[in-house]
Amino acid sequence: MSRTIGDVILDLQNISLRFGGVKALTDISFDVREHEIRAIIGPNGAGKSSMLNVINGVYHPQEGTIIFRGEERKKMEPHQAATQGIARTFQNIALFKGMSVLDNLMTGRLTLMKSHFFEHALWLGRAKKEELEHRKKVEEVIDFLEIQHIRKTPVSRLPYGLQKRVELGRALAAQPSMLLLDEPMAGMNVEEKQDMCRFILDVNDQMGTTIVLIEHDMGVVMDISDRVVVLDYGKKIGDGVPEDVKNNPEVIKAYLGAGH
Amino acid sequence: MSRETTAGGPLDGSPTFPRLLFHHARVRGAAPAIREKDLGIWQTWTWAEVAERVRALACGLASLGFQRGEHLAIIGDNRPHLYMMMSAAQCLGGVPVPLYQDAVAAEMLFVFQDAGIRFVAVEDQEQVDKLLEIHEQIPQLQHIVYDDPRGMRHYNQPFLHDIHALMEMGRIHDRNHPDFLDAEVAQGQADDVSVMLYTSGTTGQPKGVCQSHGAFIAAARGSMQTDRLTPDGNILSYLPMAWVGDHLFSFAQALVVGFTINCPESSDTVTTDLREIGPTYYFAPPRVFESLLTSIMIRMEDAGTIKRRMFHYFLGVAKRCGADLLDGKSVALSDRLLYGLGNLLVYGPLRNVLGMSRIRVAYTAGAAIGPDLFRFYRSIGINLKQFYGQTETCAYVCLQPDRAIKFDSVGLPAPGVEIKIADNGEVLVKGPMLLKEYYKRPDATAESLNAEGYFLTGDAGFLDADGHLKIVDRAKDVGKLANGAMFAPNYIENKLKFFQHIKEAVCFGHDQEMVCAFINIDMGAVGNWAERRNIAYSGYTDLAGKPEVCELIRECVEQVNAALTEEAMVADSQIQRFLVLHKELDPDDDELTRTRKVRRNFVAKKYAVLIDALYSGKANQFITTEVKFEDGRRGQVSADLKIIDAKTFPTVQKAA
Repeated sequence: MSRTIGDVILDLQNISLRFGGVKALTDISFDVREHEIRAIIGPNGAGKSSMLNVINGVYHPQEGTIIFRGEERKKMEPHQAATQGIARTFQNIALFKGMSVLDNLMTGRLTLMKSHFFEHALWLGRAKKEELEHRKKVEEVIDFLEIQHIRKTPVSRLPYGLQKRVELGRALAAQPSMLLLDEPMAGMNVEEKQDMCRFILDVNDQMGTTIVLIEHDMGVVMDISDRVVVLDYGKKIGDGVPEDVKNNPEVIKAYLGAGH
Repeated sequence: MSRETTAGGPLDGSPTFPRLLFHHARVRGAAPAIREKDLGIWQTWTWAEVAERVRALACGLASLGFQRGEHLAIIGDNRPHLYMMMSAAQCLGGVPVPLYQDAVAAEMLFVFQDAGIRFVAVEDQEQVDKLLEIHEQIPQLQHIVYDDPRGMRHYNQPFLHDIHALMEMGRIHDRNHPDFLDAEVAQGQADDVSVMLYTSGTTGQPKGVCQSHGAFIAAARGSMQTDRLTPDGNILSYLPMAWVGDHLFSFAQALVVGFTINCPESSDTVTTDLREIGPTYYFAPPRVFESLLTSIMIRMEDAGTIKRRMFHYFLGVAKRCGADLLDGKSVALSDRLLYGLGNLLVYGPLRNVLGMSRIRVAYTAGAAIGPDLFRFYRSIGINLKQFYGQTETCAYVCLQPDRAIKFDSVGLPAPGVEIKIADNGEVLVKGPMLLKEYYKRPDATAESLNAEGYFLTGDAGFLDADGHLKIVDRAKDVGKLANGAMFAPNYIENKLKFFQHIKEAVCFGHDQEMVCAFINIDMGAVGNWAERRNIAYSGYTDLAGKPEVCELIRECVEQVNAALTEEAMVADSQIQRFLVLHKELDPDDDELTRTRKVRRNFVAKKYAVLIDALYSGKANQFITTEVKFEDGRRGQVSADLKIIDAKTFPTVQKAA
């Protein structure tokens, strides 16, 4: 592997998140290094998705510090995370169902478009040139994910596994430096999972994208991630390379229950 | 030195494919030679550009030590660079050996060992991985050239070369030795072997068929004359490069005639690419035409009432007179007018959806095509024809001539081809397109070419009163029932496969009292049929076992039985018992060849327990079968198969 894991680019320190009286996350600290695949695992309701939402600015933790690329993050909105190079996919697919795959991917380029809305509407020179460039990038993603055959197909007509792939494509179209994947393999069959694993590894390897993912399939997590953080009831109970996490008694207890 | 002429002027020296290529580059260098859809946009290479690249690749191969007469394996989808690699090898007097790209590594091993391959050109990482898997067993392998660099970043083996690096290497070589390549091309002779194609091997190990430049050029010229092919034509090259038909259409004819070949973006995008290119010349095996028609019919069932009625009404008109109009026969004026209207409202748009608006000639071969299917395409104005040929005859023996199509024949002998029927009914052919030999198999060569120079096709057939050839079955498959009546399994299976719900069928009956059959349902058509009737199913095995589906198939079988009674020769071959198989017959499980022909003996052995059940009168039989997945993993499917009795009909004596 020529991929070298770099410095810490995202450092989460003592994060606590509450919704009224419900403590979603309690005093959680972990970091993400450049170019690594970082998995967040835990039983249902452990706070995994909340953690992801904290990273891309959907939720604002009441306590704690987030340092992204050396800068402490102020309260911010998700679109600001997008402009900082963070893209994500969702647990329940969040694509524009009636639009074609191509158009969906083009929306991933939205934050990178510079020309004005009116220029686009009137198809002026600058907008046209820009559109062509964006289309080229999108075509590269289509090629990368091998979805040429569904380029013009409305998303709603695609099987679930392909929709997941399209969603990954939209995130990739934004050329993110950090990619957040919320259960990219949920509900897939073995073959689809294998494909998805290959794409995630390829993205990480060939584009150098840092990946933070939530996944339930332990086999997948242990196979593809560099480091794993384990949450349970909003608390961190484990953190380290897959081998260590697998043998961590707390983790085993959380997954299998006490007394085993 | 003999001087041959071809489209656009005289050719230097005897015709070989490299000379044809450089000839086109000289005479019509700016015309498009190859197109490929890349990143969503069609990219064009002109003849001059192709010639330049071939020159660079050939010089690159030479600088790696490629020898005259040496083999170059080609593995991948139809990619422009792989076609260019074929030409590059030929420039140096080498022989390209295209392999089926979906074959697993172990299947390729035989060819690598048999042909002693040192050089390979592959499409991508997938193929490279396969070769690395068997690398230890083929120590002579020295160089692998790959076209697509994706995923290849971490491969640092010194014998792997990016095709662009090879071209650069070649350009330097060419600058240092400017006369080298021209001298190499000048050494080539029409009688040299131009390509080696391995036969699919329904029985035993595959054999390498050595074909000369002269043979393929003769075949290409013959079809050019028959079908008046012109350099402004377009063809979609999407069938496996290892198949003789693709080599004839996309390589030999393209180089002889000078038309443009178009490589699809991926194998999944063929239908879209077909529409975008709108080829003038098209080839597809019957199953492609069949699945196109099936998908149209399924979509029409979902269309609104008005559209659906209009569609069926005008299809009726087309059925009545469309084929006759295409054949130039006389048709009543009222029908002519109706057909004109239908052309405007239905046939034209339909041809457009199919990507067949500009087609001048479309061909099908490889398996029998259902008469209804064949008539359908002809009736909507597509000049669909059949041809007949084998790998050993450059896929060139018989062509159906325009305006004299007989649905159940494969047409008249092509220009330059002689046909004779042997006493046992086997079809013998002779002509310039015959193979030179089987590679390293003088025994097989001697077996298949008789003393008078005829090639034994292995097909049983006869010439009708007008000289059209009719093929009945493989000569070796034709057997006898216990009562002595002829049993031609293919003939019956084809009749079964003409039903859209039946994808594959295997009949048994040689030396038996009665004929029995295995049926494979067509997942698309039957699945749709089931959904319309609110029959829930979880997958192939489940669907195939539904009583409603068995009933549906029984109706099909009984219709075939009824049809068989009308032909005295095969009336005894009515299917008495059959079952619907729980899994699709698959080349990965060795049940079909890579060209999707049933390997009859293998299937009979593998499912012997089912055959026993058919003949022993059991009502059902439990079976567990191992299946191989694409990635090499194995799994099992099991099912309790029902055995169904079909109604047979008494033979009707036709009134004379």
